[in-house]
Amino acid sequence: MTTFLTAGLGLKPQHYDAALDCSAAGLWFEVHPENYMVAGGPRLSWLEAIRAEHGISLHGVALSLAADAEPDPAHLGQLADLCRRIEPALVSEHLAWSTWRGAYHPDLLPFPRTGEALTRIAANISRTQDALQRRIAVENPSHYLKLEGHAWSEIDFLRELARRTGCGLLLDVNNVYVSARNTGYSAEDYIDTFPGEHVMEIHLAGHSDDPNLGTALLVDTHDAPVAPAVWALYERLIRRIGRKPTLIERDGNVPAFAALMAERERAAAVLHGAMAVAA
Amino acid sequence: MITGNASGALTRFQDGFALALFDVTQPQHADIAALTAQPAFAVYRNTVMKGCIDALQANYPAVARLVGDEWFRAAAAIYVRATLPQRSTLLYYGEDFADFLARFEPAAELPYLPGAARLDRCWTEAHAAADDTLLDAGDIDALAAGNFFRLGLRVHSAARWAWFDDAPAYTIWSRNRSDQNFDGDIDWHGEGALLTRPHDAVQWVGLDRAGCAFLDACAADGTVADAAKTALEFDPNADLARLISVLLQAGAFSRLDRHD
Repeated sequence: MTTFLTAGLGLKPQHYDAALDCSAAGLWFEVHPENYMVAGGPRLSWLEAIRAEHGISLHGVALSLAADAEPDPAHLGQLADLCRRIEPALVSEHLAWSTWRGAYHPDLLPFPRTGEALTRIAANISRTQDALQRRIAVENPSHYLKLEGHAWSEIDFLRELARRTGCGLLLDVNNVYVSARNTGYSAEDYIDTFPGEHVMEIHLAGHSDDPNLGTALLVDTHDAPVAPAVWALYERLIRRIGRKPTLIERDGNVPAFAALMAERERAAAVLHGAMAVAA
Repeated sequence: MITGNASGALTRFQDGFALALFDVTQPQHADIAALTAQPAFAVYRNTVMKGCIDALQANYPAVARLVGDEWFRAAAAIYVRATLPQRSTLLYYGEDFADFLARFEPAAELPYLPGAARLDRCWTEAHAAADDTLLDAGDIDALAAGNFFRLGLRVHSAARWAWFDDAPAYTIWSRNRSDQNFDGDIDWHGEGALLTRPHDAVQWVGLDRAGCAFLDACAADGTVADAAKTALEFDPNADLARLISVLLQAGAFSRLDRHD
């Protein structure tokens, strides 16, 4: 099956049956590989059944590429096994760290973008791509802190990683909006200067106001529909760089499958419009 | 096991940041102190803690139902501070949560709670175990041909069993593993259980002490004769034919092995 990926959905366990039955053109699904790193059983057979009908993207959250350490060989081996089994259309990870000295911290943690970090992360991406025998996409995370000591802007850092390792990039538009609001830069400028030639995938998701700090701090919660301002940034991006596989992410307050499909159709319509312009 | 680069600024940053996620005292290094001073640092502290507690609650649903959300999440937070996940597949997180509950003073009046946790853990292990062949009674008729007792019953990769001497942990667990409400008194005596995954879904059945001993002997690569002898030591009146039939029906075995 080699149909072109248009707009996709994060796959939730409660939507397996609906996802399996859905025949929308170009529909694909994304999962976190960590949830499928098991020896056997229904999780893998569910995923294989979905894979028989749809393209799959493996979006890792725990390889810890930005840790000052090599990726855990056991984790990398399990990821390679899953890639052989599922033959995903896309594989991606985050510009962040989570596992450190053997302990997994379930979050995407920040770091100062220094030359030292660039060397380490480039080596970690290369090691991953060698182990998987494929190109991966690296995602811009959400930022909450004003962190001193950055020698590189995030866009220049990502562009340099792509140049050194041949990796692609995953542009999360919601993360751009959240980070721009939290740390004080222009989301439009970021979207306008992001290197479109390296983009393999785009993410769209919802965010929330911090329960204590209100609108002063936006949190990348994935528990709400995509915000109007994020849709506007997405349309601006697609007008500039053309169509790219686009995912609707939802992890909390998960609505019915049809509601997620409606958001997915909106992204597909934006992509369709871009294709018509290109033609 | 990954190790940091002892000389690097990135390693120092990550050591300091990881410590500050759980330690609210003033960080040693100025660059980390500048981060923890920002209210937004709480997002990372909260996300990491919530991710670990949510994972434990998902992995121990019967325990959570028995003690209620508030008690469970307070106990889980104490566990998390002592034991961060060692792997990122959070399905496996909390391997020793039953042992933690057995030592946890506020749980001392709930003697069935560690047993319920052990059975929740058995469910997870059965759910994620490698796929395996399944032995049924028909296979035995065809293969055994009179020398059944000299053969070995190999335990299915997804089969898990446990015996609880001092509490009806299985009855209490099975009544709380789903959202259904059960009425009726519980006889206070030791109980065991067998969890299996003959096809996709994990299923369970009560098992007596002799049955658990029979499976222990099979898992230790004993012959059917060895397993029968072990079971009879625990219960001289054990009905072995019935026991083997129950185990086969539950999907406890993968194949028959010869021992020659």
